[in-house]
Amino acid sequence: MRSAKLWSWIALIAGILYFFLPLIGMFEFSLRARRGEYSFDAYANVLGDPAFRATFGYSVLMALFTIAFGILLVVPTVFWVRLKLPRWRPVIEFITLLPLVIPPIVIVFGYIRLYNTSSWLPLTGSAMGTNLLLMFGYTMLALPYMYRAVDTGLRTIDVQTLTEAAQSLGAGWITIIARLILPNVLVAVLSGAFLTFAIVIGEFVLAALLNRPAFGPYMVWMGANKAYEPAALAVIAFVVTWACMALIQLVTRLSKHTRAQQR
Amino acid sequence: MAFLEIARLEKSFGPLRVVRDFNLTVEQGEFVSLLGPSGCGKTTVLRMVAGFEMPDQGAIRIEGKDVVRQRPNARKIGMVFQAYALFPNLTVAQNVGFGLKVAGVPRREAVERVAEMLALIGLPDLGARYPFQLSGGQQQRVALARALAVRPRVLLLDEPLSALDAKIRVSLRTEIRAIQQRLGITTIFVTHDQEEALSMSDRIVVMNGGIAEQVGTPFEIYNHPTTKFVANFVGTISTLVAEVEDPAAGEVRVAGQTIRLPQPVEAPRGGRIGLALRPEALHLGPGDGRDTMLPATIADVQFLGSVIRLQLHTGGTTVALDTFNRPDLPPPQVGAHTQVSFAARDVIVLEH
Repeated sequence: MRSAKLWSWIALIAGILYFFLPLIGMFEFSLRARRGEYSFDAYANVLGDPAFRATFGYSVLMALFTIAFGILLVVPTVFWVRLKLPRWRPVIEFITLLPLVIPPIVIVFGYIRLYNTSSWLPLTGSAMGTNLLLMFGYTMLALPYMYRAVDTGLRTIDVQTLTEAAQSLGAGWITIIARLILPNVLVAVLSGAFLTFAIVIGEFVLAALLNRPAFGPYMVWMGANKAYEPAALAVIAFVVTWACMALIQLVTRLSKHTRAQQR
Repeated sequence: MAFLEIARLEKSFGPLRVVRDFNLTVEQGEFVSLLGPSGCGKTTVLRMVAGFEMPDQGAIRIEGKDVVRQRPNARKIGMVFQAYALFPNLTVAQNVGFGLKVAGVPRREAVERVAEMLALIGLPDLGARYPFQLSGGQQQRVALARALAVRPRVLLLDEPLSALDAKIRVSLRTEIRAIQQRLGITTIFVTHDQEEALSMSDRIVVMNGGIAEQVGTPFEIYNHPTTKFVANFVGTISTLVAEVEDPAAGEVRVAGQTIRLPQPVEAPRGGRIGLALRPEALHLGPGDGRDTMLPATIADVQFLGSVIRLQLHTGGTTVALDTFNRPDLPPPQVGAHTQVSFAARDVIVLEH
């Protein structure tokens, strides 16, 4: 009994060390930019770098567009599949899982072949078109997470009966999706959105090969050319991710009726 | 012209014909029940009226206008579901006001109407609650208020009481009927519970295998069922087998006794017919005006409180008999020999 407790403590401590030691080491290293003393110089360099601000801002904006487009694409799709095409669910699920199987490098080369300047839809011919293409690519990368999150969210409500109830009260499809379906899967949509955000912020392959000034390529460039700044950058990236997760928690708690469902 | 008219309605799911040649007219303010076992097509008829299913053939006319091609949200029909179907993300007041908001009713008017509806269902103080904070009975009442708030032309109730406890079921059915009568709203009620149908309806449609077996008032359906199915499904019956002696005079022979029925019998001499009797038509021992008397043996005694239900062996079969409880008279013992009597006018003749 006592030894079992001892071993579980040892396991816990080993786990904590395994997880936190590299982080602490990285954090400690990121503070050593100034010789002989700890300082936040590396952070100041990173945050003061106009390229950091430009690429981070670009990626955040892309993430927001990707989230909006993803919600518009996924929520009505999941709703419709559940309501009218339940037999197609396995097929749709398989399609949404494809991005996990097909490497992004294949996707981006496919894109470049399909949408190059001599194709019927020359999206890569302009910066705007390429941004659009990048957003579609991001949406696809986030699809497995977004689809699953929304699908799980919709499973908690009786979609068909609620839809019929709303229809009998005079509501059309847009009202039903906006006022009933979306609010009921809001927490699921938000967790999908934060995952999308995390993916877009760190993504390298699509952005690099489409030659867009995103945060991923910037991080790689920084890692190849600087000593202390990459560590500072990694810490910043962790903070952003954790902030996202904290937001998910917060939103889940704020939503009144969802809290009740979880009881 | 009837307010709601359903004519020659047909619906198949694959090879299965769930509704066949279904006809019904409902007058304004009438409460009509569709009663039948599960799978008889009653819910499909209701869903076609609501617009959730498309009929293969036939017409559904409301106020003279065919609505078959109209979308569900354009029909102005209120519906209450078995599973309540309240919107979980909205409060009670928002649920009730949902249809008003969709219809663009001005805010002040909508607030007033919601308050009026909540008062109507007896829950004036629960507007700020969420559905999960209500009991099943309260949720179903809110669902009713939500359906009524938009002042629909027709109210459809799809087994609204089936998910509730027995006690709440009984009180809520009285309440629903009272609200329906107060508002004078045309209502179609689907149920498999004959007691609900009998107690609430102006008229009942008994359905079986996709067709309407009989349409009539609860009194007619119970006392004068026209088919064997209706007689069996609504209430309890006991059937005595009789041999026809004189079809034109309505004379038949049961257990060695000749009975003269009030109407002629549609069977040849020597043919066999079924004489169906309700438990309350049978009487233990001789009774006033009950001219037919058969020897019987008590097979079972069920004490139900105000009523005692007996099973008796007589005329080669087992019959059920209801008698009122009398504090001064203990129920008979199983195995006792006795007599049952009934009047020829209470007999329901069924083809055997």
